[in-house]
Amino acid sequence: MSGGVDSSVAAALLKEAGYDVIGIMLRLWTEPGDESNNRCCTPDAMAIARRVAARLEIPFYVIDAQDIFYNTIVKSFIDGYMHGITPNPCILCNQLIRWDFLLNHAFNLGAQFIATGHYARLQKDDNGNVQLRCAYDLTKDQSYVLSRLNQFQLAHSLFPIGHLAKTDVRSLAEGFNLAVANRPDSQDLCFLGNSGYREFLLRHVPSTKKPGPIISKYGEQLGTHDGLAFYTIGQRKGLNISASYPLYVLGKDPLHNTLIVGPASDLGQQILNTRDVNWIAGHRPTLPLRCKVKIRYKAKPEWAEIHPSESDFLTLHFDVPLRDITPGQVAVFYQDDICLGSGMIF
Amino acid sequence: MRSMIPEDYIYFDYAATTPLDPRVLQVMLPFFSQNFGNPSSIHRYGQQAEAAVETARETCAKILNCQPGEIVFTSCGTESNNLALRGTALANRQSRNANHILVSSVEHHAITHTAEQLHRVFGFDVEFLPVNRFGQVDPQDVAARIRPDTAIVSIIYCNNEIGTINPISEIGEICRSANVPFHTDSVQASAYLSLNVQELKVDLLSIGAHKFYGPKGVGALFIRKNTPIIPIQTGGGQESGMRAGTYNVPYIAGMAEALHLVQSEREELSASLTLMRDRLIGQMLEEIPQVQLTGHPTQRLPNHVSFVFNQVDGNLLLMHLDRVGFACSSGSACKTGNPEPSDVLLALGLSPKWALGSLRVTLGKHTTPAHIDLLCDNLPSIVSKLRA
Repeated sequence: MSGGVDSSVAAALLKEAGYDVIGIMLRLWTEPGDESNNRCCTPDAMAIARRVAARLEIPFYVIDAQDIFYNTIVKSFIDGYMHGITPNPCILCNQLIRWDFLLNHAFNLGAQFIATGHYARLQKDDNGNVQLRCAYDLTKDQSYVLSRLNQFQLAHSLFPIGHLAKTDVRSLAEGFNLAVANRPDSQDLCFLGNSGYREFLLRHVPSTKKPGPIISKYGEQLGTHDGLAFYTIGQRKGLNISASYPLYVLGKDPLHNTLIVGPASDLGQQILNTRDVNWIAGHRPTLPLRCKVKIRYKAKPEWAEIHPSESDFLTLHFDVPLRDITPGQVAVFYQDDICLGSGMIF
Repeated sequence: MRSMIPEDYIYFDYAATTPLDPRVLQVMLPFFSQNFGNPSSIHRYGQQAEAAVETARETCAKILNCQPGEIVFTSCGTESNNLALRGTALANRQSRNANHILVSSVEHHAITHTAEQLHRVFGFDVEFLPVNRFGQVDPQDVAARIRPDTAIVSIIYCNNEIGTINPISEIGEICRSANVPFHTDSVQASAYLSLNVQELKVDLLSIGAHKFYGPKGVGALFIRKNTPIIPIQTGGGQESGMRAGTYNVPYIAGMAEALHLVQSEREELSASLTLMRDRLIGQMLEEIPQVQLTGHPTQRLPNHVSFVFNQVDGNLLLMHLDRVGFACSSGSACKTGNPEPSDVLLALGLSPKWALGSLRVTLGKHTTPAHIDLLCDNLPSIVSKLRA
């Protein structure tokens, strides 16, 4: 529970359906001094979640996850940028904090499931495997951030609002008389509080600010960058290079602290590689496989053909070139509305 | 709201609060309906209500062995502590330039935070007395640190976290010789120990009704005649100008009845609780590895058990105990999930790793040996589950 409308209504629906519900809030890490700006675990949010639990007549507990959150999620976030990739901490948090740390606590308390207010749906197929499907409300679909979960985790999960439209969820909150937090659905990372990721990185790893050369793909130096972490693939602004045509970030070379730029025509890539692949069904399907792929949370799904590569890597061949294939992000594979799994782009 | 609490749920948190004695409720009820007057009114409604307040005052005074005029009614133990500390400190600064405050390092926050404010905002020099590993204050330490400019000494009678009983009359003797006002927070002690202020040699003593089967929302402060003190809540002239505010007649009447009942039954209750307490302590110390009893083994409240478990999260311990059906508490647990080792436990010399695993189990009137059995059956397995 977060005090927000989604998890609150999820809890209410489960209680109504006769489940023995326990409300848990995880206290995650925030920068010291910035507690009230954390998107989720502010004292206010906690008070609201507690009130919702009281209204639903379910017990409510707060579990401290600050240390584990910092040591796994925040550290890997910082490490990622140091290695020239753009990490997605939310996906990792679901995998390691919610569906591992919290899941274990849930089992310890005698629970069979963890339920969240995620917009996603679960369905059993003919073989008894759990399928992860897109939410009914596609504008809110969060199957992307759940794409690293496995059969065991999903078999012990419930997503009570995945089949509802957001507007219906809000109406239900009113119907249940739940005074939920009226927060906008923010996409920003919870632990960044009011900072942007650049300020956060500068504060925690001052060596992020490490100027180096900006070069063309032919090796010609065109300018200087402030630190590789501050740039993303496909970025055009902020390069400070005068050229006769717009230049875009094509890639980063962390070993030489070099930023590689080029014209728009160089941006499009039709092939990407993934590793650390998770097939939700628990086994790899027959490859090559033609499916739709999202290379970011908010990206449009694009058609691609998945090919096996060395070890358990995959190579994805897209029908059309994509401009912002970013190492560190997760590529998620869909067949119709079924999420097949995902891999880390490298 | 239907209760979330199952029939067989066992309450082990009497130090936090106690259920209202049904006899106390009966005493309180008439004041909500027939006898509802404001004691400050001239008319007969007022006179009757005032009579009830004054009867309550006499009852409390008899139990404390003081004059009725030395009892001031407040809203709770915390308010009594605030009045005692701030009222006496400011008055003594005014009258004799006293600027030093001496408190123990194991006080309730009502004293420590008030003392901290007196330092931060009012510029007092606040000194915290060290305690031994049982959390006890050494009267000789008090004697050594008392100064000519000490405005007040405040030492808790029995600590709420670790149950240890302090040598109040010895400390009182020392403060008396030094002519320094001596206050004791007696909130936890009221149900079990003598409150005889002459024997205790105190000048100020705080109590709070809800710790002794009275209602929440009422307390009292004993102020020995001629103790310099200024009110901290000002307004109408109630309590001889010492504490303004309309009298909470039903609650004051309730508190007096609760105090009378608990003090008349205290020796029997203390005896039976001590037996159960010691059985619980003995069995858990034997069965659970890496555990310590905090506080003094014998000079402790008859109902009070407090442990620290190495490498255990106090919050999680309480959560699991709650799920299984026991209501306990912890010095280091926090509703917002941000565990901080308690100041009291750190003052005993415990490391944070131990201090974060604290558990307080306090018994009361309705505790039975069967309850103790059930806790003994369940606690060891919960602790080992959390250590896995």
